[in-house]
Amino acid sequence: MAAFLDAKTNDRLTALGTPAAVGWSEDARLDAVTRLRTTGLPDRRDEYWKYTRPDAFTAPAATAAAAAEFEGFAGVDALTITFVDGVFDADASDDFALEGIEIERLATSDVDIHWAKDLYGVLETNGQTPVSRPLAALNTAYATDGLIIRVTGEVSKPISVVYLQKSDASDAILHHVVKVDAGASATILEAGPVAARANTVMEIDIADNATFNHLRLQGRDHEQATLTHTFTRLGNESAFKSFTLTANGTLTRNEAIIEMNGDDASAHVAGAALGDGGDFNHDDTVFVTHDALNGESRQVFKKVLRNGATGIFQGKILVKEGAQKTDGYQISQSLLLDDDAQFYAKPELEIYADDVACSHGSTTGAIDDHALYYLRSRGVPKAQAEDMLVLSFLAEAVDEIADEDLQDFILGKLETWLADR
Amino acid sequence: MLEIKNLHVQLEEEEKQILKGIDLKVETGKVHAIMGPNGSGKSTTSYVLSGRDGYEVTEGEAILDGQSILDLEPEERAAAGLFLAFQYPVEIPGVGNMTFLRTAVNAQRKARGQDELSAGDFLKEVRAKAKTLKIDADMLKRPVNVGFSGGEKKRNEILQMAMLEPKMCILDETDSGLDVDAMKLVAEGVNALRDGERSFLVITHYQRLLDYIKPDVVHILYDGRIVKTGGPELALEVEKNGYADIIAEVA
Ligand SMILES: Nc1ncnc2c1ncn2[C@@H]1O[C@H](COP(=O)(O)OP(=O)(O)O)[C@@H](O)[C@H]1O
Ligand SMILES: [Mg+2]
Repeated sequence: MAAFLDAKTNDRLTALGTPAAVGWSEDARLDAVTRLRTTGLPDRRDEYWKYTRPDAFTAPAATAAAAAEFEGFAGVDALTITFVDGVFDADASDDFALEGIEIERLATSDVDIHWAKDLYGVLETNGQTPVSRPLAALNTAYATDGLIIRVTGEVSKPISVVYLQKSDASDAILHHVVKVDAGASATILEAGPVAARANTVMEIDIADNATFNHLRLQGRDHEQATLTHTFTRLGNESAFKSFTLTANGTLTRNEAIIEMNGDDASAHVAGAALGDGGDFNHDDTVFVTHDALNGESRQVFKKVLRNGATGIFQGKILVKEGAQKTDGYQISQSLLLDDDAQFYAKPELEIYADDVACSHGSTTGAIDDHALYYLRSRGVPKAQAEDMLVLSFLAEAVDEIADEDLQDFILGKLETWLADR
Repeated sequence: MLEIKNLHVQLEEEEKQILKGIDLKVETGKVHAIMGPNGSGKSTTSYVLSGRDGYEVTEGEAILDGQSILDLEPEERAAAGLFLAFQYPVEIPGVGNMTFLRTAVNAQRKARGQDELSAGDFLKEVRAKAKTLKIDADMLKRPVNVGFSGGEKKRNEILQMAMLEPKMCILDETDSGLDVDAMKLVAEGVNALRDGERSFLVITHYQRLLDYIKPDVVHILYDGRIVKTGGPELALEVEKNGYADIIAEVA
């Protein structure tokens, strides 16, 4: 095998060395290295990386990026856990004690037998077919830390994971595992620049009748290269909602891989991105597999692009044989505020069941002149009227946030970000 | 209050002359009506006055309260006291009606150097004004005009007018698509704003709205020109005989 290893993969693996042997995750890490050596790291010729160049993620070292400040979910009552440059910061973190949830760190969980062994790298491996995601395998192999979370009941407040950056050269690989037991429910918030280069994975297993909400803030004004994967598996009558707000920055690729394994499950992934400038490249790549009855999935992605910013959406709904009564919806839209901005969309449906309702759509448009005139005729200045129409455009995505207070929080954030752009 | 002098307008995209020399003077506190068959240029007049893109003024001017307005941005005209109730109010998904109203009110106050209205004062005022127009809390919360019926949209225009307290109100076919009850409600809303200071230009195709909003002067617009001006009786003449006679007269 080694003989076929391409130079790029070889260089990256050499730089990383041998995965640290940490208890129960060791097998999964070694397996991931083997898989990685088979697939190799992606390059520009890779169809799945047609629109976003993977070079920043595959290079042996991170490209320096000025440390970015971030206020995160300030003011939201939550249990806060902080990582600085990808390293856990105990002083800036709350006690992990909260009713209905057990939290520990991957780096310090060194027992040999652990429930997370059934998930760590497992959902990631499932997510490697039909499309391979070598950078997620790399994460499984080399993650230095992360949170191992088990939700056993109804958690009273969100877990807020804050990723601060101090060093211009930081290079973080974090891997979280979340197991939501039957009937339990929790919300996780993620915010912050993470590091100059970040590769994060979250594997989420949602049991029957359980609910998991995920809300993420990325940006703004950062130079970071960020790659995230969420692998989610849903049981019967379970529900998953994930929303990401991204603003500015250079390179972001968020992959969401969702397996609808139980009947009557519901999964919604949504995102709103504000891109400004030629170095903004934001990529949402989503793959939803329906493999059970009566599943409902929604993908709602909106991007507002200006001054040469680039937006990418690759979204797929795969309905397997027998997954009858599937209701799959996918919309990706971009609002181009000038002629330089670009949006690439690759929506795909692949359906092997006959009794399903799936729809998808993708649009690219400009600000509606007539609506702009209407607002201005009421005395709203042009720039402010444009912001209102941007919010209007993003509304369908923001609506996907489960909690109304958090929805308001995100709207407030959007308004400020737009106003002092 | 508003004086339109020899207004000539053509489309920006093509050389099509739409307004061919309009002269009109609405005195302070008065209600003028513009009537005319479809396509005569009524909406164009209202758009040009309020600053919509796509039209080119080739001759003439418009003076609002001593200020020439045709070179101003739409928001500047609004701040100067001009308001247009749209024939087809625009739907803005995702922006709450209340948020929109408050943004507009405060933007105009700011432009005039006034303090912003406090959230409490604003709410009190909106609620009171909405109530007289039978606009319920739900309509205030919903996105601007989204899912509103024809009548609701027109009432919502009048609510905006009531909140913004303009000096010069232009109403473009505010009666179209309304049944009699809805029209009465709208007319009451308009009449409540008649205070002897505020002026109105009521554009309508039919006479019936003018039964409820009594005009001082009626103009007939045809093919981009005002072809006849008279008192309220002119509207009744149109009602009885249609536009054909008047048009034949001037042709
Ligand atoms: N943007 C436009 N593009 C093409 N034709 C237009 C445009 N605006 C107005 N017109 C034309 O100008 C004329 C007057 O239209 P309008 O002002 O809407 O009339 P009214 O409101 O009296 O029915 C019509 O012939 C109409 O087709
Ligand atoms: Mg008209």
